[in-house]
Amino acid sequence: MQRVGDSLPVKWTLIVLALVLTALVLVVPLIEIVRQALAGGVGELLDNLTNTYTLSAIWLTLLIAVITVPLNVLFGTVLAWLVTRFRFLGRRLLQTLIDIPFAVSPVIAGLVYLLLYGRNGWLGQWLAGYDIQLMFAWPGMVLVTLFVTSPFVARELIPLMQAQGRQEEEAAVSLGARGAQLFYRITLPNIRSGLIYGAILTNARAMGEFGAVSVVSGMINGVTISLPLQVEQLYQDYNTVGSFVSALLLAMLAVLTLVIKGLLEWLAERRQQRHSKVAEDV
Amino acid sequence: MSKPRRILPGFHLSLGIALVYVSIILLLPLGSLVGQLADLSWARYWSIITDPRNLASYRITVLSAALASLFNMLFGLLCAWVLVRYTFPGKRILDALMDLPFALPTAVAGITISTLYASQGAIGQWLGFKVAYSWLGIVVAMAFTSVPFVVRTVQPVLEELPASVDEAAITLGASNAYAFRRVILPFIWPALLTGTGLAFARSLGEYGAVIFVAGNMPYKTEVTSLMVVTRLQEFDYPAAAAIASVVLIASLLLLLVINIYQARFFRRIHGNQHV
Repeated sequence: MQRVGDSLPVKWTLIVLALVLTALVLVVPLIEIVRQALAGGVGELLDNLTNTYTLSAIWLTLLIAVITVPLNVLFGTVLAWLVTRFRFLGRRLLQTLIDIPFAVSPVIAGLVYLLLYGRNGWLGQWLAGYDIQLMFAWPGMVLVTLFVTSPFVARELIPLMQAQGRQEEEAAVSLGARGAQLFYRITLPNIRSGLIYGAILTNARAMGEFGAVSVVSGMINGVTISLPLQVEQLYQDYNTVGSFVSALLLAMLAVLTLVIKGLLEWLAERRQQRHSKVAEDV
Repeated sequence: MSKPRRILPGFHLSLGIALVYVSIILLLPLGSLVGQLADLSWARYWSIITDPRNLASYRITVLSAALASLFNMLFGLLCAWVLVRYTFPGKRILDALMDLPFALPTAVAGITISTLYASQGAIGQWLGFKVAYSWLGIVVAMAFTSVPFVVRTVQPVLEELPASVDEAAITLGASNAYAFRRVILPFIWPALLTGTGLAFARSLGEYGAVIFVAGNMPYKTEVTSLMVVTRLQEFDYPAAAAIASVVLIASLLLLLVINIYQARFFRRIHGNQHV
């Protein structure tokens, strides 16, 4: 039976149009990054990759991710457990609050941290008394990244856990399962793919965050410059090759993120097909 | 009234962790913005947010975001349609690519678009008009960073549309174009509008991708988020906070409208069912 848009000319016109536009909008930029990074040859690429400033930027970027991802995975899981397994006053409000970082411009995220922890901020003044400075230093960059990436895991898990319901867990409890056992045996296997997906999204954003981090970084060479900030700094200094070498690293991370995401979806699809096949056989 | 019995463990622990975390990471910093604003007199606040340079930046931001969202409405609909309705070689790759703008850091997108669309750039040299360092560059950067919104909101809804619906329309004699306009479009319209609204909201706050392409000329190509950063670099925190509050209120209002609209739409579709 024919559906709308099934006639061959229409179908192929639309497919070709979508492919051409996607190539122009999304693929050409990816190719351009590689081309610009290699503009000075492989030697220059390697030089830029291994210079002290790039290495320290890579190190800082990894440090931010290593702190941010586990904390937000933990928080996202706890929050998802809380809002999908219990009903309580303020549940809706909590869910709305956690979405705020999505709505807030990254620049504003940086600004509010500067206002709070900066030299004139409420907490900043108090901390300065103990000689602790969070802003224009790496801890501040970690804090804003925590803010910006806080919703990712919860947003993946909440719909998933809501759809699964709490019957399985209630059954386990009635059979005598305790907290940790319940989580590792029942909950975790059910939410694993959502959790991994949320974690890689958090990771991609944590390593790639620019606006929020640039506001609180202070741009101290070799100290508070993460990879995305280095991309900007070198670009402003007209070191195009250097800038695109760092950009290439981040672009490879982005592509890797997409590949993992595609793989997870493919695995989930296959599992579902197998399940429905089993159901048919039964 | 009896206390509700909770069967599953961990209520108090998870509530405690969530509240502490939300307070430290979200509420306290956002509260400091309110605190900073409270130090400003109303007259001073008003004079900052209606400063001509800021007013120009609102106009540029809103217009560019609107154009970028319009592009994404059409492009996103096309891609969602192609991905849901047809099978063709490379479909999986196309599907995966749609998320690229979320995975690619905005600074990387910014320098790449700027290089591509510069007058000597790989794309720019073929165009007869200026894109990079003009407001068109802002539109291109905003369009790039918000590509996934429309695709990813329309795609699941289009998948839900039963085959029988458009088969019935065609059997009853409707042309393809007519069936699309009168049967399919009304069905996906709320999702399309929601996705476009989200893309618009994202574009309003976009900073990383835009600043590299815009040229950042006062009154001409300065976006509002750049104005916040400019004031911050001058250590004029009250002004930065005041401008930020305008962006923040606009995007929160927009999100509220989108959420209300979405809730109404879902109630209409799922009417009596318990979802």
